[in-house]
Amino acid sequence: MILAQNEDLLTQLQNICEKLMDGVGASLAIFGLTLLFALPLGLLVAFGRMSKFKPLSLLVKLYISVVRGTPLMLQLLVVFFGPYFVFGWQTSAEYRFYAVIIGFSLNYAAYFAEIYRSGIQAVPVGQHEACEILGYNRVQKFFKIVFPQMVKNIIPSITNEVITLVKDTSLAFAISYTEMFTLAKQVAAAQATILPLFVAGLFYYVFNFIVAFIMELIEKKMNYFR
Amino acid sequence: MDLLEIKNLKKSFDGLVVLRDISLTVKEGQAVSVLGPSGSGKSTLLRCMSMLETVDGGDMIYCGKTAVKDAVYAPKAELKEIKSYFGLVFQSFNLFPHYTVLKNVTDAPIHVRKRNKAEVYEEARVLLEKMGLADKGDCYPYQLSGGQQQRVAIARALAMKPRMLFFDEPTSALDPELTAEILKVLKELAAEKMTMVIVTHEIDFARSVSDNVIFMDGGLIVEQGDPHDVIDNPSNERTRAFLKKLEG
Repeated sequence: MILAQNEDLLTQLQNICEKLMDGVGASLAIFGLTLLFALPLGLLVAFGRMSKFKPLSLLVKLYISVVRGTPLMLQLLVVFFGPYFVFGWQTSAEYRFYAVIIGFSLNYAAYFAEIYRSGIQAVPVGQHEACEILGYNRVQKFFKIVFPQMVKNIIPSITNEVITLVKDTSLAFAISYTEMFTLAKQVAAAQATILPLFVAGLFYYVFNFIVAFIMELIEKKMNYFR
Repeated sequence: MDLLEIKNLKKSFDGLVVLRDISLTVKEGQAVSVLGPSGSGKSTLLRCMSMLETVDGGDMIYCGKTAVKDAVYAPKAELKEIKSYFGLVFQSFNLFPHYTVLKNVTDAPIHVRKRNKAEVYEEARVLLEKMGLADKGDCYPYQLSGGQQQRVAIARALAMKPRMLFFDEPTSALDPELTAEILKVLKELAAEKMTMVIVTHEIDFARSVSDNVIFMDGGLIVEQGDPHDVIDNPSNERTRAFLKKLEG
């Protein structure tokens, strides 16, 4: 049964959209804040991974390996319940949201780090040698020469990851954080209709359509050099 | 005055000896060509001179300042100073693809040497004009031919005002027509008494432009001296064999 009884489609859609709206803000917040933290954090992780200081690079390698090797849902649970079960700390009410952001950021930083690393290593060794000969220091070399070329190299992979993030926001339900998909399921259960899930699906699709469009613009913008 | 003095240079890669015992001097205003078959160590020699590779033995002295003594390198600050004495032009140009021609040439003088921006830009324009690239300042490297890219690379090296310039097979990635463009530029630089060390396969060019020719084989300098003696009248058997092969 798609429609709940005794209501016409339009009223019902309006009803559903209103209910889901509260969750949309939460989903957008997870998405935006995760990118805000994970994109720069990933760069630091990539530096650690490429460090010549072995203990650091091994530690970071382990972190990436664990993050990639276990489900994000499980990681969210660990971040949320860990402080209480491991240290006995009472967490505040807001911690649920913080745990979502911490869990997502740590997870995505690991993936971004590996993408950054591939993008950095794809910059030809000749570029490094030219910098060496011209006397650029390490910081100048990275930000002036390597970084712009890295960004161009990795945009398609980043697009993939960002689109996955949009859909992954629904995993916040694992620690009962109410985002859009959680609401959709609740409404679907309460009204005994599948319509809210379709609406949720449409929301993700449109969101990702916009993400893909913006990433394509950035990709085009980076086409000023080859 | 000797701008570059190399004594008993040795270099190996994972046990493979590439430079056995190389000694040479380059005087101010000299153009020195380094010839030799593939694998003779000439590019490695140039990379050691440019400090892109660390040497395993020997001394390197630039403009009277010792950079390496018995394979021990001078302190960082001193090396930084010494590295500013030379420039290097690569076989594959290695221009920065995301910078315009003008920015490629001006960025290091402004941000590494901390020189006055207007002054650097003015000089860069003069240099580009000299390279026949006056109208290419706003182009990106991919919009240029290989010969033009290499001329930008030469302009970029010259903009740092080095006391000597090293060339690592500067025409090997170019077709004969573009090669001629680059050789013309090198000829002009030689006429201006720019001190240069050029690793090359262009025998005719080496003969007509260089003041000194070094012939390498098997990690050793087997012959060096006046280009006409070394190229037209080689005394060493290996030089003779190599030149004969080139003539076909």
